[in-house]
Amino acid sequence: MTSGRALIVGASHAGAQLAASLRQEGWAGEVVVIGDEAALPYQRPPLSKAYLAGKSSLEELAIRKAEFYDKQKIRLLRATVTEIDRAAGEVVLSDGETLAYDGLALCTGGRARPLAIPGIDLPGVFYLRTFADVEAIREATASGRRAVIVGGGYIGLETAASLRALGLEVTVLEAAERVLERVTAAEVSMFYERIHRDAGVVVRTGALVEAVAGDGRAGEVVLAGGERIPADLVIVGVGLVPNTELASEAGLQVEDGVVIDDFASTSDPKIVAAGDCAIHYISRYGRRVRLEAVPSAGEQAKAAAATLCGKERPISALPWFWSDQYDLKLQIAGLNTGYDEIVLSGDPARDRDFTCYYLQRGRLLAADCVNRPRDFMKAKRTLGQGLDVDRAELQRPAAS
Amino acid sequence: MSVVTFISHDGEKREAPLEEGASLMQIAVDNMVPGIDGDCGGEAACGTCHVIVEDQWIAEVGRSGPVEEEMLAMNPEREPTSRLSCQMRVSESWDGLVVRLPEFQM
Repeated sequence: MTSGRALIVGASHAGAQLAASLRQEGWAGEVVVIGDEAALPYQRPPLSKAYLAGKSSLEELAIRKAEFYDKQKIRLLRATVTEIDRAAGEVVLSDGETLAYDGLALCTGGRARPLAIPGIDLPGVFYLRTFADVEAIREATASGRRAVIVGGGYIGLETAASLRALGLEVTVLEAAERVLERVTAAEVSMFYERIHRDAGVVVRTGALVEAVAGDGRAGEVVLAGGERIPADLVIVGVGLVPNTELASEAGLQVEDGVVIDDFASTSDPKIVAAGDCAIHYISRYGRRVRLEAVPSAGEQAKAAAATLCGKERPISALPWFWSDQYDLKLQIAGLNTGYDEIVLSGDPARDRDFTCYYLQRGRLLAADCVNRPRDFMKAKRTLGQGLDVDRAELQRPAAS
Repeated sequence: MSVVTFISHDGEKREAPLEEGASLMQIAVDNMVPGIDGDCGGEAACGTCHVIVEDQWIAEVGRSGPVEEEMLAMNPEREPTSRLSCQMRVSESWDGLVVRLPEFQM
């Protein structure tokens, strides 16, 4: 089946890649990408990095230019899908219109996890997920001086670095005992706390936020225990909620994401899913994983497009991630969940470049590489080919 | 119109229009040249837009800079004229440029 209409719900990284891959795989019929944002599909990672710091433009953010979609006859439709009618093979839009499909792809992504505390709806409180969110934050930084960031994950820390570059006073509040607690070893967390403190950021761990207070506008963040931290703007980055409602209401199998197989198929063979909304069993890790990462979104989208075209191209690439903060480029190969040992190359307590390798029963699981692109590329290869590692060799920086 | 030619590892040629000021990676992506992924969107973070510049062009387009060098150093398909195409800012004077693609992007 490569004729008829392919509908893609969601117009971010996964949706845009899926549309392009459908053409590459030979889908000859209509391709319609439905998204609810005004802009052309754009790169999300720079939002908290270069774009927030004013170092790149909206035009540079576009994943592909408008002419690409014209030339490839990919229709971008600005609309919101409210329902999937699997029996009829159509989706329902918010204005009541219906669109029939021959193949359907769910690339619905996720939304910023809401923080349910008093004052969260005050003007001056922002989430960071979309281009529009960042525009609003940038506007607020024109007059605001003191920023408080709730959440010491990657989004929070990248935002802190970008706002420091703009000259704001920045406080990061993290509820856990260290930043990046869910995703890295303590040594890496300590490293980032040191780097941010050296850059003038106030990093508070074990800080539970109870409310945002202010007279018609955010003015203070209130901690458990009553301490009040003055704030002209508050940015909340406490995680992502996958947009799975359409899928679960349509009766598809959903866990912490729309369940897909190695070929990105959902429990309905006519429907595929890809990106932040999808959860996938990765045999390398022996469990289902929902990845919030551009490379995974692209990889799943390519598999999904092949599946819709009746071909088999399994999801196989190693998951990897990156984060830019100040002059530091962190590149992460693999997932470290379940590690029982770390090996360090370099000293994160002192240096500005090091690699933290994560091992499980002596096998390499993942590597966090800070300003160590060679280590990263080597780790990617080692992991991709399942090569054995030697601890002493890991401790030495990779050399060509 | 100025053009660039991408030659795949098995010898297939794809031409694409050159656009001054764009990155060569963006041109490849916009023209769906297979074998150039550009996973990170041009941050020199992933190394999936590796190209090998034909020898006669390397003086015109220039060799890899220090950031690219770090990413390319561990690549087994690396050649002296290897570049990350996301770091190649296209100039009109590149009309007729020919680059080869590696077998694998890593």
